[in-house]
Amino acid sequence: MIEFQNVVKKYDNGVTALNGVSVKIEKGEFVFIVGPSGAGKSTFIKALLKEVKVTSGHIHMDDMEITKMHRRKVPFLRRKVGVVFQDFRLLPNKTVYENIAFAMEILGTPHRNIRKQVPMILALVGLTGKGNYYPNQLSGGEQQRVSIARSMINNPPILIADEPTGNLDPDTSWEIMKVLRTINRRGTTIIMATHDREIVDIMKKRVIALENGLIARDDKIGVYGYDD
Amino acid sequence: MTIKPIFTLKEAFKNLWRNRLMSIASVSSVTATLMILGIIFALIININAMAQSAKDQFDSIQAYLKEDITAVEIDAIITKLSAVNGVQSVAYESKADALVKMKESWKDNAYLLEGLEANPLPSSIIVYLKDIYYASSVLIEINGLSGIEEVKSYQDIVEQLLSITEAIRKAGIIVIFVLIAISTFIIHNTIKLTVNSRQREINIMKYVGATNWFIRWPFLAEGTLLGLFGAGIAALLIRFAYDAVFEIMHTDFYVLVSAYVVLPEVLMADIAFLFVVIGAGIGALGSIWSMRKYLNV
Ligand SMILES: Nc1ncnc2c1ncn2[C@@H]1O[C@H](COP(=O)(O)OP(=O)(O)OP(=O)(O)O)[C@@H](O)[C@H]1O
Ligand SMILES: [Mg+2]
Repeated sequence: MIEFQNVVKKYDNGVTALNGVSVKIEKGEFVFIVGPSGAGKSTFIKALLKEVKVTSGHIHMDDMEITKMHRRKVPFLRRKVGVVFQDFRLLPNKTVYENIAFAMEILGTPHRNIRKQVPMILALVGLTGKGNYYPNQLSGGEQQRVSIARSMINNPPILIADEPTGNLDPDTSWEIMKVLRTINRRGTTIIMATHDREIVDIMKKRVIALENGLIARDDKIGVYGYDD
Repeated sequence: MTIKPIFTLKEAFKNLWRNRLMSIASVSSVTATLMILGIIFALIININAMAQSAKDQFDSIQAYLKEDITAVEIDAIITKLSAVNGVQSVAYESKADALVKMKESWKDNAYLLEGLEANPLPSSIIVYLKDIYYASSVLIEINGLSGIEEVKSYQDIVEQLLSITEAIRKAGIIVIFVLIAISTFIIHNTIKLTVNSRQREINIMKYVGATNWFIRWPFLAEGTLLGLFGAGIAALLIRFAYDAVFEIMHTDFYVLVSAYVVLPEVLMADIAFLFVVIGAGIGALGSIWSMRKYLNV
């Protein structure tokens, strides 16, 4: 469970990106964060990952209070939360297999387990047999699937995605959404910031709309609701 | 968390090779720093050794006795001085002893002394000190005695020697600290290059939940390697240089001084240890410093 209590984030340059956000997200939910550019979606996600320090308010994740967490504990928070970005963030000089294995090596997973689990996660995201490819030998959609595989390899209970389909064409975007839906059905909570109207409208999931750092809408089965 | 030392070392070598120009610059700066440190260290060690043997030679006070002193009075003085704190032993040197000594030290010119009608040299009491440190307190005791004509001590010379040693030591330490700061800075810049080129990787590692030490470790290995290379080269150079100086010192010309020069083997044992510790320290410090900014994600 994730809970934001009156969270305010004011950047050093004076911009108030979050202006008192309170919201609760239950375990296993699939939530879209929508809103115009600059509304504070990415800031919302960064606050959850403790990539930015909030100005006031509290953020709880299960029994952790993220806002009060010591810097040294942040790595352990990140292990509970898989992250996927618009630009994939794969290491270009490592193969698909190595990119995913990397996330396990960091946790000190024995190689025996890595060899067993990487093919399993590759199958889950539909990339069986592509383990030895380098990122530049893959399409954008395939690269994003590698990045999802990497974020999921250590079985985090939460997956956060900031515009994961932002760089992909509609067909490829849908393939990614299918992967995310599969992961969500296995019980992983998914929070996804997006500008993709079609996806939001068709998926029929919870939609939280941010505007000027405030929650403008929070619908159980929502729609995108903007014209951009 | 498992750390794979061989893998880390291989990666470190690869990265050092990739930035080889900066690596060479770093190693050179560590080498230069440690060379200068080595020279200062060799100087200090030798001066200390010389000061030590000077102290051993000058750790006595000679009190010349009045002409009219009686044997009973001499015995009293000896007994009294033997009891003073810091006195090792007390010896009596008669007028005849003094003449013999002088003849010995004048060697070939001793015939000049043959013409003397009477022995002009005074008898004296020689007080051997446990340590030069007691010189002033013992001097006060001696000056309080009657029957003493004049006191000769080496206190001034020794104190001057000690203050010179101290000045060299202080100046050396300042120079060394400045040099260490400079080479730490240069290593910091070198490691920053690899850190920069791997910024993306570090960022991803942080997102996947790597701890700071997991990320720092390979860079730390790189920096430490640079420092140790520098230390190794500097140790070799110092060894050759010191051997050469030692050779020169043992030609006839310097034979008087050479007795005090510290043996190369003795010096190298200290230097090797010092260089490894300082070299590795500079490298480790430089690399941790270069990562500070990147780990606060
Ligand atoms: N590091 C930063 N320093 C200063 N201001 C920032 C920083 N990051 C974001 N902002 C500002 O905070 C506001 C919210 O930014 P944020 O990135 O959260 O918006 P967003 O909803 O993700 O927008 P987009 O849809 O374009 O990605 C914007 O006005 C932005 O300029
Ligand atoms: Mg954004």
